[in-house]
Amino acid sequence: MKKRIIALVLVLCLALTLCACGGSGDGEKQEASGNKTVVIGVYEPLSGDNGAGGKQEVLGMQYANYKFPTVEINGETYDVKLEISDNESSNDKAVSAATKLVSAGASVVLGSYGSSVAIAGSDTFADAGIPAIGVTCTNPQVTLGNDHYFRICFLDPFQGTVLANFAYDELGAQTVYCLGQLGNDYDQGLINYFSEAAKALGMTVITESFPEGNSDFNSYLTNAKNQGADVIFAPTSISYAQLIVEQAAAQGLTIPLVASDTWDSNVVMDAAQGKDLDIYVSTFYAEGGDPEFEAGIKEWINADSTNLSNNGGNDMLAAVTVMGYDAYLTALEALKAAGTTDPGEVMAVLPSVTATGITGEIKFGENGDADRNTAFIKTANTETGVWDFVTVQSVA
Amino acid sequence: MIAKYLPYLLAGISVGGQYALIAIGYTMVYGILRLINFAHGDVFMIAGLVMVYSSASLPMYIAIPLVLIATMILGFVIERVAYRPLRSAPRMSVMISAIGVSYLLQNCALYFTGGLPQTYPAIPWLSRSVNVLGATTKMVTVVTPVLTLVLVIVLVMVIKYTKIGMAMRAVSKDFETAQLMGIKIISVLSMTFVIGCFLAAVGSLLYFTNYPSVIPTSGSMPGLKAFVAAVFGGIGSIPGAVIGAFIIGICENIIKALGWTTFSDAFTFVLLIVVLLIRPTGIFGEKATDKV
Amino acid sequence: MNKTLKNTSTADRTSKYVTIVIIAVLYVVLMVLDNLKATPGSTFGKILTMLIPVLRKGAIYSLLCVSMNLLNGFTGLFSLGQAGFMLIGAYAYAIFSIPAGDHAAVYQYFEGGAIQFSIPEILSGVLGNTAGSFLGAIICILIAGVVAAVFAALIGIPCLRFKSDYLAIATLGFAEIIRAFFQWDGLGRITNGSNLLRKYTSFSDMKIVAGETTVKFGTVFVFLIAMLSILFIILLINSSYGRAYKAIRDDEVAAEAMGINLFKHKMQAFVISSFFAGVGGALLAMYQTTVNAAPFKSAMTYEILLMVVIGGIGSVSGSCIAAFLYIACNEWWLRFLDSGSLFGLVDVPFFRDGFRKVVFSVIIMIIVLFFSRGIMGDKELSLKGVLKKRQRKKEAKAAQAEGGDAE
Repeated sequence: MKKRIIALVLVLCLALTLCACGGSGDGEKQEASGNKTVVIGVYEPLSGDNGAGGKQEVLGMQYANYKFPTVEINGETYDVKLEISDNESSNDKAVSAATKLVSAGASVVLGSYGSSVAIAGSDTFADAGIPAIGVTCTNPQVTLGNDHYFRICFLDPFQGTVLANFAYDELGAQTVYCLGQLGNDYDQGLINYFSEAAKALGMTVITESFPEGNSDFNSYLTNAKNQGADVIFAPTSISYAQLIVEQAAAQGLTIPLVASDTWDSNVVMDAAQGKDLDIYVSTFYAEGGDPEFEAGIKEWINADSTNLSNNGGNDMLAAVTVMGYDAYLTALEALKAAGTTDPGEVMAVLPSVTATGITGEIKFGENGDADRNTAFIKTANTETGVWDFVTVQSVA
Repeated sequence: MIAKYLPYLLAGISVGGQYALIAIGYTMVYGILRLINFAHGDVFMIAGLVMVYSSASLPMYIAIPLVLIATMILGFVIERVAYRPLRSAPRMSVMISAIGVSYLLQNCALYFTGGLPQTYPAIPWLSRSVNVLGATTKMVTVVTPVLTLVLVIVLVMVIKYTKIGMAMRAVSKDFETAQLMGIKIISVLSMTFVIGCFLAAVGSLLYFTNYPSVIPTSGSMPGLKAFVAAVFGGIGSIPGAVIGAFIIGICENIIKALGWTTFSDAFTFVLLIVVLLIRPTGIFGEKATDKV
Repeated sequence: MNKTLKNTSTADRTSKYVTIVIIAVLYVVLMVLDNLKATPGSTFGKILTMLIPVLRKGAIYSLLCVSMNLLNGFTGLFSLGQAGFMLIGAYAYAIFSIPAGDHAAVYQYFEGGAIQFSIPEILSGVLGNTAGSFLGAIICILIAGVVAAVFAALIGIPCLRFKSDYLAIATLGFAEIIRAFFQWDGLGRITNGSNLLRKYTSFSDMKIVAGETTVKFGTVFVFLIAMLSILFIILLINSSYGRAYKAIRDDEVAAEAMGINLFKHKMQAFVISSFFAGVGGALLAMYQTTVNAAPFKSAMTYEILLMVVIGGIGSVSGSCIAAFLYIACNEWWLRFLDSGSLFGLVDVPFFRDGFRKVVFSVIIMIIVLFFSRGIMGDKELSLKGVLKKRQRKKEAKAAQAEGGDAE
C-alpha cells in the first residue's frame, strides 16, 4: 500500500513536470509591454570548475540587460530576453545545453567562459545557423575555421606572450615554473604559448601538471622552489587558484605568482588578502577605467542578494563581468544592424559590426576575433584587498 | 638535503593523517555491513560546508562542536533513511543507495553554494604558520598525525574494552548470530555510522584548514583515496586503514617530488592493484574463506 | 496441451511480425524526425530541437547500460571500469577519423600529431562522401570497440582474480589510470594531451546529398548501431555462453563444479562488455563532436550504474527504458527547474541553478529505496509476453465462462 502511494506521488510529480515543460513553452511569449521579444542566448558554465567565473560573466550580461532591456530593430521595439543555459563546464553536457538555446529560438548566443565548452557547443550553433559571440574564451581554436563564432577578447598566443614578456622584463625571471591542471585545455594551451615565448626570450621553463580534484599544492610549490624558479606561472581555474595562494602563503613562498585572466577574481583576492605574496595577473579591464559604469553596476549588484552571492559575496568588479556587458552591447548592435531577429542575417552583418564597450572599441578582424592588442597587468594589493593596476602590456 | 625533502614528507604525513580519519569510516562500515559507503567522502565535504556557514555567524568555540554534532546527525540520518530499509535487499542495491546519497549530497551542496568555491574559515591556532627544521608550514600539518594517532588509539580502546565495541566486533564477525545473542543490531549500526562521521568531521576540520576551499566535489577525491587506503590496509581493519592512509599520503608526495606529477593519482591505484595481487585482502585483511 | 502449444507458436509468430513492423515504423519516424524542419521558437520547433539530441544520447546510453548490465547483471562481476573503456573507445574513434587536413589545427601543440590519415576520408575518396563517411565511421567504431576490448583483456588478467568489491575498486582504479595516461603530454602526438579532439566525422556528416536535397540520417545511424549491438548482447545472453554467465552469477562454486571455466567465461564477458563500452564511447564522441578525457571519470560510471539499477539489474529492456527516461529527465524535462519560473508565469525563489539536480537526485533516491528492483526487475518487456498475457486472460475468462455454464 505504502509503495503504491509513493508510486502515485511519483507519477504525479512526473506529470506535473511534463505539464510545466509544456506550460513554460507557452507562457513566455507575451511580455507585459506588448512588445515583440528577441531572445539572446547565454551559454555559460554556472556550475563545475568554471562556475564562479561563468556566473560573474553572466552578471555583466544581466546588468546590461537591465540597463538596455529593449532594442530597436527595423523601427520596432523588441524586448530582449536573456535565455541562460548552464553547460556545467563539461563537454558532455555542452551539446544539450547549446541545443536548449537553439530550441529557445535565440537570435545570437553569448559565451562561453572557458574555451573547451565553447568549442564543444560550436557545432550545435553552426548546424542551427546561429552566430555566437565568445566573451572570454581565449583559445584560438574557438573561432579558427568557424564562420559563426566571433570573439571580443584577446587570444592565448597574445596573452601567453604578454605574460612571458612581463615575467622577463619586469620581474627579471630566468627560470619559470609552469603549473596547470591535467586535462584542462585552457591551462595547458596557455602554458604552451607562455613557454614558447619564454624560451624565445632565453628563459628556462619547467612544466608540471596536477590531476583534477587535487588540493595539496605543497609539493608542487616545493618543486618550484627546489628547481630555482624565479616566477611561478599558474593559469588555473579559480578554485585551484584559491588553494595555491593559500598554500604558498603558508609555506612563506617568496617567488612571485603570475597568472592569467582567470585569477582576476575577488575569490582569489580574498584568499590573498593579508598574506605576504606577490601575485600578478593579466586581464581585459582594469578597475577604474569607467567610474560611472562601475558605480552603476556596483549599485545594481549590491541591491540584490543573489547577484551579490554570484559575484562572490562582495561588489568587486571582475574583468569578465565587464566583458559580459560589452558582449551584450555588441549583440544589440548586431541586431540593430541586421534589422531583423533572423540569426542568419545577424551572422551576416556581425563581421562589420562595431560597438563601443567599456573595454574599448570592439571591431571584428580576421577569423572573427576582435582586434585587441593590449592587456592590463594587475597585482594583488594584499593590504587593501584590491587589484592594483601595474601596466598596460602589448606585443610589438 | 633535509630542508629540500622535508616539506614533501611533512605534506605526505599530514595528508596521510587526514586520509586515515576518513578511511576509518569506510573500514568500520565495511567491516559490519560489507558496504562501500560511497557517500562518506561527501559527508566529509558537507562537514566542511557546515563549518563555512556556521562560522560566518557563530564564534569558533560554538561552531566547531556544532560541526561535529551536525555531521554525526547526518551520518545517523543517512543510515536510517538510505541504508536501513534495504537491509534485506541485495548488496548491490545498498551500494547504489550509497551512490544515490552521494549524488544527492553533492547536488544539495551545489544548490546551496551556487557552485562557487567557499572559503574555509581560519581556525586561529591551527592556521598559524610554524617552522619545522627550516620548513615553514601550518600548525595543522604538525597536529594532524598526532591527533590522528590519539583518536585511533582511543577508538581501538573503545572497540576492545567497551560493551558497544564488543557488540561491534560480534556483529562484524557474524551478523545473524550476534542478533540471536541479543545484540541490538540497530544501535550498533547507528553507532558505527556516528563514529565514522565524527572522525570524518574531525578530518574535514584538519583537511580544510590546510586546503581552505570547499566545492561540492571536494569530498570525492579524498574519499576515493581514503577508500583505497582502507582496501590497501585490508578493509575491515582499523590499524590497516591508518597505516594504508599514511603509506598512500607519503607515496603520493614522493611521486610528486620525483617529478611524476601527472601520475600522482594514477600511481595510488597502481600501488593498490599491486598490493591486491600480492595480498588479495590487503595488508592486514583477514583471509576470506568461501563458505559453500 | 496441444492447444496451448499451438497458441504459443501463433503468439510467437504474431509477435515476431509485430516487432518487425514496430521497428520499421520506428526507423521511418526517426528518418522523418531527422529531416523535419520546424520554425525556430515555435512550440513544435522547441520540442523537435530538444527531442533529437535526447533520442541520440538515449540510444547511446541504452547501449552503454546494456553492456554494463551484461557484466554486472548477468555475469555478476561488479566492475566500475566503464568510463575508462568508453574513454578508450571515444579516443580511438576520434583519432582515426580526423580529416588529414585538420590535423595541424587539432594537434596545434603537437606538430600535427603522429597519425596522418583519416579512415572516413580515405573511403570517401573511393566511395563518395556518403558511403565513405558511413563506412568509415562504422570501421572506426569497430576499431574503437576492438581497442577497448584489447585493453580490457590486459586489465582483466590481473583484475578478474579479485572478488566482488575488490574487483570494483581495481577496475575503478584502472579507469583513473587510463584517464591519466590519455591526458599525459608524452602521448600528446596521439591523444593531443589535455586538449580537445575535434573535427572528426560526427552525426551531422551522416547525410545523402543529391543536388539540392539533403537527406540526413544521423539519428537513424545511432539507433542502427545501438540496436544491432544490443541485439548481439541479447543473443549472447540467450546462448549457452549466456547461461554459463548466469550460472556464475548465481553461484560461482556451483558453476565451477558443473565444469564451467570461471576465468575464461568471466574474461569473455568482461571483454565483450568492454567492446560495447568502446562502441558506446565512440558514439558518444560522435554525439559530442569534441572529445577530451576530463568528463570520463568515475561519476560517469556511477551514472550508468544508476540507470542500470533504475531499469532493473538483469533486464535488457529495463536498461533501455531507464536510459531514455534518465537522459530525457536530466537534459530536457527537468531543465525548467533551473530557470527560475514555473509555467513561465510566477517566480519561484528556490528555482535556481542546481535545483534540477537536487530534485533529480531525490527522485533517484525514491526509486532506489522504494523500487529497489527497478522498473522491470529482471523481467523483459516483450511483445510475446504481452500477447501471452492477453491470451492467458482470454483463456481464463473463457474457462470461467465455461465453468459458469456448467454450473
